[in-house]
Amino acid sequence: MAEKRTYEVVFIIDPDAEDAEVMRLTEAVQKIITDQGGSITKTEMMGKRQLAYEINHKRDGIYVLLEVDGSGAEIAELERRMRVNDRILRYMTVRVDEDRRRADKLKDRRARKAERRPTAGKSKAQAVESDEAEAEAAA
Amino acid sequence: MSTNFDERDSAYGFEREYERAGMPGRAPRRMQRRKICRFCIDKVDYIDFKDVKLLQSYTPERGKILPRRISGVCATHQRMLAEAIKRARNIALLPYAAD
Repeated sequence: MAEKRTYEVVFIIDPDAEDAEVMRLTEAVQKIITDQGGSITKTEMMGKRQLAYEINHKRDGIYVLLEVDGSGAEIAELERRMRVNDRILRYMTVRVDEDRRRADKLKDRRARKAERRPTAGKSKAQAVESDEAEAEAAA
Repeated sequence: MSTNFDERDSAYGFEREYERAGMPGRAPRRMQRRKICRFCIDKVDYIDFKDVKLLQSYTPERGKILPRRISGVCATHQRMLAEAIKRARNIALLPYAAD
């Protein structure tokens, strides 16, 4: 029934948190997702980095990136929990499956185009060159 | 930990053109060679909001999104770029406004 979707979840943990606490929080987040029937395909600790602007008077934060497969229900639950956790400065979820499908489609189309006209790339490059020559002549 | 600003200067090369566009009519308009979309040449299908270095080269010092009239990016890629920059701002990878 529920279609499978892919999400990227980024969240920022308080920079004052100890390494152990960061691990604990990350595991807690992973558990929420698996409990709700989602699955985690990638976990990346992006480490401590400077924030572009202050959040809660903090100048840096610990970034964690997750890639999640699921129906969307686990994201709702996760966001609800993250909202009330004051160790998590900020979170953002981006749905990526649609964008990836689109990227694949574009790649596909390009491959087919290249196949149909094997000389297309070459003639285009020549056209650009002559364009440049004209521009130079005009200048 | 403040490598952000150091990376910045090397990352963007649009500054001169941006300033020139800011002062219309000051210098006689020179015919510029038509710019070609960098993303089309590199065959980019998706612009990732986590690629801070790339996005910074399209957000000059004020942190605004560089218009495509300056950068020469095609409409499709400008849309992707704008979306990625806005996402990066949300998660504090890029500033909303800088001075």
